[in-house]
Amino acid sequence: MRTSRLRSVLWPASAALTSAGIVLAVGALMAPRAVAEGGAPFAVVTDKTVQTECGACHMAYPPGMLPTRSWQAIMGKLDDHFGENAALDAKTTKHITDYLIANAADAGGGSARRLRGVASDQTPLRITEMPWWIREHRGEVSPSAFKDPRVKSKANCVACHRGAAKGYFGDD
Amino acid sequence: MKLKSISIAVAAALVTASAGALADPARQAILDGYAAKAGTKPSPERGKAFFLAAHGGGKPETASCTSCHGQDPRSAGRTRAGKAIEPMAVSVMPGRFTDPAKVEKWFGRNCNTVLGRACTDAEKADFIAFMASQ
Repeated sequence: MRTSRLRSVLWPASAALTSAGIVLAVGALMAPRAVAEGGAPFAVVTDKTVQTECGACHMAYPPGMLPTRSWQAIMGKLDDHFGENAALDAKTTKHITDYLIANAADAGGGSARRLRGVASDQTPLRITEMPWWIREHRGEVSPSAFKDPRVKSKANCVACHRGAAKGYFGDD
Repeated sequence: MKLKSISIAVAAALVTASAGALADPARQAILDGYAAKAGTKPSPERGKAFFLAAHGGGKPETASCTSCHGQDPRSAGRTRAGKAIEPMAVSVMPGRFTDPAKVEKWFGRNCNTVLGRACTDAEKADFIAFMASQ
């Protein structure tokens, strides 16, 4: 009698502790460490239109994450943007395209390291297909972490990289 | 005569004010525009039903407005890419539905995604009326 009462008191407490433990564990899994390991931070988007339009559905990814030809391909079919219609008027589309190209991975001052492993006839359409992205996440981030409801998608850099908005996608 | 027209204006202003501090003139103009084209009176109740309904016709993963915006317009929603969407309710986000181009852009995109077609002017008016009441 006494035991069962005790258990009924303790059980919710232990359940709470367990779920707190899960939260902590997942938190540790995704814990951000703000500064990039040796690598320079990415240059963030500073253009207001690019911030607003690209940043409406996902973070406005740094243009230096993809080569020029990728941005051209992406911007050339915004009406089917990974299954979404993200079409913009021609003027806005050109403005954004010009900005992305001027700051692409292979633009002047871009880092050649980020194009390593991409054949010149390949046009990656997703940042997550880039060899540098795969290298950085492989073995470090459990595939299930991307399915965590708080992360939801590989597109959601900010879920783990808390410094992403400032260009810090550092080691994690 | 003059006095009468002034008192009517004052009464109208009071009615507008009592409809809530939410009656932003820009939003009202957008709402009135859709309502005039539709030829119907905007209905927050119809807007609510529309917002909550599972429509079909669009993409299966976004069958309802709530797929991304969530059930409660006063709370944040989330895009498919995981980014937060600020609440739609005007009480929480007073700037909602005050920029005609933005309103048209998002109805254009999202009606197609959710319903597989453009929204009617009546649906747009009802939707805004509902969000303005929230």
